[in-house]
Amino acid sequence: MWLDVGSLAAIGGVLGGMLGVASRYLAVEADEAEAEIQAMLPGSNCAQCGFVGCSQYAAALAKHEAGVTLCAPGGRAVAEALAKKLGVHADLSDHEDVGPKVAFVNEELCIGCLRCAQECSTDAIVGANKQVHTVIADVCHACAKCFKVCPTEAIEMRPVPKTIGAWHWAKPATGQQPQH
Amino acid sequence: MKLFPIRGGIHPDYRKEATSEKAIVALPLPARLYLPVQQHMGAPASVVVEVGAQVKKGQLLARGQGAVSAPVHAPASGTVIAIGEMTAPHPSGLPQLTITLETNGKDEWAELPAPIADPFAATPAQIKERVAASGIVGMGGATFPSAVKLGLGGQYKLEILLLNGAECEPYLTCDDRVMREYADEVVDGARIMAHALGAPKIVIAIEENKPQALEIMTKAASAFANIEVGGVPVQYPMGAERHLTQAITGRETPARKLTADVGVVVHNVATARAVHNAVRFGRPLTSRVVTVSGGAIAEPKNVEVPVGTKVSELIAFCGGLAKEAKRFVNGGPMMGQPLPSLDVPVVKGTSGILALTAGEANEHATQPCIRCGTCVTICPCGLVPVQMAAFIRHDKLDKASELGLMDCVSCGSCSYICPSGLPLVHYFNYAKGALNAADRDRRKQEQTKALVEARAARLERQAEAKRQAALAAAAARKAQSENPDANKANA
Repeated sequence: MWLDVGSLAAIGGVLGGMLGVASRYLAVEADEAEAEIQAMLPGSNCAQCGFVGCSQYAAALAKHEAGVTLCAPGGRAVAEALAKKLGVHADLSDHEDVGPKVAFVNEELCIGCLRCAQECSTDAIVGANKQVHTVIADVCHACAKCFKVCPTEAIEMRPVPKTIGAWHWAKPATGQQPQH
Repeated sequence: MKLFPIRGGIHPDYRKEATSEKAIVALPLPARLYLPVQQHMGAPASVVVEVGAQVKKGQLLARGQGAVSAPVHAPASGTVIAIGEMTAPHPSGLPQLTITLETNGKDEWAELPAPIADPFAATPAQIKERVAASGIVGMGGATFPSAVKLGLGGQYKLEILLLNGAECEPYLTCDDRVMREYADEVVDGARIMAHALGAPKIVIAIEENKPQALEIMTKAASAFANIEVGGVPVQYPMGAERHLTQAITGRETPARKLTADVGVVVHNVATARAVHNAVRFGRPLTSRVVTVSGGAIAEPKNVEVPVGTKVSELIAFCGGLAKEAKRFVNGGPMMGQPLPSLDVPVVKGTSGILALTAGEANEHATQPCIRCGTCVTICPCGLVPVQMAAFIRHDKLDKASELGLMDCVSCGSCSYICPSGLPLVHYFNYAKGALNAADRDRRKQEQTKALVEARAARLERQAEAKRQAALAAAAARKAQSENPDANKANA
């Protein structure tokens, strides 16, 4: 009997000790959630969300002080991921309305000053001094930083053209259908 | 031949009699042909001709680009009069880059690649190359570039080339007629494909509602010991690649795998005929047999149509519309897609053009699900349509995905059978498209992140290099001020 009690006590002691050690050394840092949220954001610090940069937005999100739909370049994908992470319901209807955008250089207005290329957070703008610049559409994520710095307003943010490859059927209308 | 049962399925009213006894007729060459650069799965072809170019029949107009792509050839001699956007034969009605060819009626052939005299002495790579250069795609409607599928022999140990003559879609009889009228060409094409694949055996599977085709194909194949022609039960969707494989071999293709994983490659009979023409005569794929049918068509027919013919001209050739058409369908009534307009071209994957009357379209209001479970019983993929649709209706696409949404082949059996008329397959097509779009978004986000990080690292490196240079310069200046003669001494 003492053997049983002793072994159980020993197991309890060892496991308790391990928990104690784990709570000290494997403790979750308070800002880990914030770091994880920041890792989900594009990281281009475009400030379209109204915060100074991605880390400030992430901090606000971690404290549930900001909505999940503010990241314009992230679009639906980021909004949905954030909503899932924070366990909130995201109203994504306005995201649908805005739609993805892409920067476009009006070649008649571009003076080749390179400011946009230096500002671009994904190196999506190619060009050289006094040469007309252009945007690699596949790489552009519409942070609109180039749009803000262009001195001649040569850059437009255009909606991404709809293509057959990206098209899919719309959700069937459920208006008259009662619940299953 | 021993057959194996397939799960579920339905028995729709076949309505093939309107065209099954009508021999294939050739469409008189239209004045203009409209050739989209993407008539296949994969990357669009890139145009190699300019506006004003004189081209001959069979000449290359657009070259395939990338691993999965197919070229486009001129179906007739004439002049390229425009290269621009035009409505695609796609339910979205979105535009697509299209080459407009004004035909001159001379029908002069371009210089074609030399026929491969003995295809069975040629290497599989040579056959594959010819099939790729001829722009051949899966003609059952999936339009996957055939050469890519013929290349599977290198990666998989294949046992059977399964030639799909099931034609399980109602109304369609184009494959039936091709088998009856071009049996020798189909058999020859199949033998060439089996050689390219390294498959020792060929099975030609035909649904039992086509007894003449079964008889003619059996006769045509009798000279070859490695070919077996088998009738399969009339059961929609027997013509689906995975289901036909299971019916013939008893092997179920695992989810997200290819039939090649169970030793089988499936090709359509019309594709076999195209391969025969490409290998034996060097002719690219520039025309196909299309079934024009449906209650609203005055004279339903099977027509050999040059690729690029406008659907409106094809319907006019079949006597136009005798009754008011409620719906125009590109393909069969089960898996076909609505046509956005009749001013779109026939493409390589157009197996049928149907003009359905209101009675045939059978549109009715949807009612609440009565949980009868019929959709579960008949789902040929063993899924639970009612449950998946309920999740999708509540925007829980990931839950539907966990139930096997991506294994749905969109055969439409559930929508067909549903007594409440629920648009089940529409839910699945929507959800699959939405999940793919979300996946593209996610990949784009990952790419953006990688680029942003790479740029930040580069800027950091540049700043660091500048700092180092400044430090070095400062150190040099300091050294010089302390010991002004050192440089001179060194020099």
